[in-house]
Amino acid sequence: MSPEEIIQRRVAQELHEGTLVNLGIGLPTGVSRHIAPELGILFQSENGIVGMGSRPPEGMEDEDLTDAGGGFVTAVPGAATVDSCFSFGLIRGGHLDATVLGGLEVDEKGHLANWVVPGRMVPGMGGAMDLVSGARRVIVAMQHTAKGRPKIVPECTLPLTAMRRVTIIVTDMAVIEPTDDGLVLRERAPGVTVEEIVAATSAKLTIPNEVPEMNIGA
Amino acid sequence: MKKAITPQEAAELIPDGAVLMIGGFMGVGSPHRIIDALVEAGRKNFTVIANDTAKPGCGIGKLITAGAISRLIASHIGLNPETQKAMIAGAIDVLLTPQGTLAEQIRAGGFGLGGVLTKTGVGTIAAKGMRTLDIDGEEWLLAPPLKADFALIHSDRADYNGNLCYQLTSTNFNPMMATAGAVVIAESREISPVGLIPPDHVTTPGVLVNYIIRRGQP
Repeated sequence: MSPEEIIQRRVAQELHEGTLVNLGIGLPTGVSRHIAPELGILFQSENGIVGMGSRPPEGMEDEDLTDAGGGFVTAVPGAATVDSCFSFGLIRGGHLDATVLGGLEVDEKGHLANWVVPGRMVPGMGGAMDLVSGARRVIVAMQHTAKGRPKIVPECTLPLTAMRRVTIIVTDMAVIEPTDDGLVLRERAPGVTVEEIVAATSAKLTIPNEVPEMNIGA
Repeated sequence: MKKAITPQEAAELIPDGAVLMIGGFMGVGSPHRIIDALVEAGRKNFTVIANDTAKPGCGIGKLITAGAISRLIASHIGLNPETQKAMIAGAIDVLLTPQGTLAEQIRAGGFGLGGVLTKTGVGTIAAKGMRTLDIDGEEWLLAPPLKADFALIHSDRADYNGNLCYQLTSTNFNPMMATAGAVVIAESREISPVGLIPPDHVTTPGVLVNYIIRRGQP
C-alpha cells in the first residue's frame, strides 16, 4: 500500500456520519474514495458547493461544476451551490465539521504551516487560512518526512497558516495529537516501530505506554 | 432596458489603469469574451481584484500573459506560474488575501459597510499592515472594503433589464462583484426577453448592472 493510501484510509476513520467536510486538493481529495456512501458525509468545496461528488465520466463534464482546483466534479443528489461569501460563511461560522489539509510543517504547539515557502513557492493562501481558523476540527494529512527531513518540528520555520492548534496529524508513519502538554504519539502505521517514528520526528513526542497500530480498514 | 454592447465596445469603455473586479474561480465563471477584447485592445496597467489568475491561456491568465495587469489583489496564484514569475520579478505588485476575507471585502465595498472583522489571518503574515481590534478580549483583524471602477461579471442567464442568474460553481465571486463596481458589465451565456425570468430566480437585480454583452455569433 502506498504512503498516500495509508494516510487517506486512516483519515477516513476520523470523519463522522452526517458531517460536512472540506478536503484539500491533492492527497486529501483521495480520502473520499475510502468513505462509505451510507455515512452521508457531505463534501464542501470552497468555490461554492455543498455535496460535491467524484469526477464525472469523460464527455459528461459540466463547465459550471468544478472543485477548488478548477477540476470537473459532480454534485450528489441533494447538493447545494452557493456564492463565495456564503461558502466562507460556512467555513468561518462553525458550520464545517472538519477540514483535511496537507502540511509543510507542524510544530510542538500544533501550529500548521502549509501555504508558503518565502522566495521559492508563493502560491497564496487561497482558502487555507479560513479553513484552519474556522473549521471545528483540523486534520493534517501529510507524509511524515520530506526527502528524509522531518516535517514535525519543534517550532515552524515557515509562516503559519493560523495560530490555532490543529486537531490531529495523520502521516504514513503515525497518528499524533497536539495537546496542552505537547505532541502525543497515538498510533503507529502497520510495521512501523515507535523508535522509527521518533527518529523521523524532530519535535519532542510524548510516548504513552501503549501505542497501538493504526486501523487502516484494509 | 440596459444597453447591449459588444465585447469590443466594453473594452473601449475601460481605460488603461482602471481598477477591475473580474469574476471567476480558476476561469470558471469568468467573462471570457470581455477578457479577450481587453487583451486584443492592448490595455495596460490595470489593478485587478479577483480570486485567482487561473492558468496561462485561460481567463484572467490571458491578461497576465499580455502584461495588462500591474497590481493584483487575489487569494491564490499558485496554478499560474507566469503570475508568480511576474511577482518575483517585480512586474506585478501582488497583495495576497485569504479567500473568505477577499469575498467579504468586496461585499463590504458594495453594500456600504466600513470593513470586515475576521479572525482569519490573526497572528500570521497576512495580518501585516492591518489594524487589529480587541473586542471583549478577542483579537480581530479589520479588512477594508474594496471597490472597483468596473466589475466584469459572468452570469448564466440575463434579461435586458440586467437581471442576472448564476449557475452552480460559476457563481463564486460574481454576485458580490456586481455590487462593488462603479460600472458593472455582465457577460451572460443566455439573454432572455424581460419578464421571462421569475423574480425569485434573480440573484443580481438589474438595477446594479450598466451594460449587457451582446450574444456572440452563433
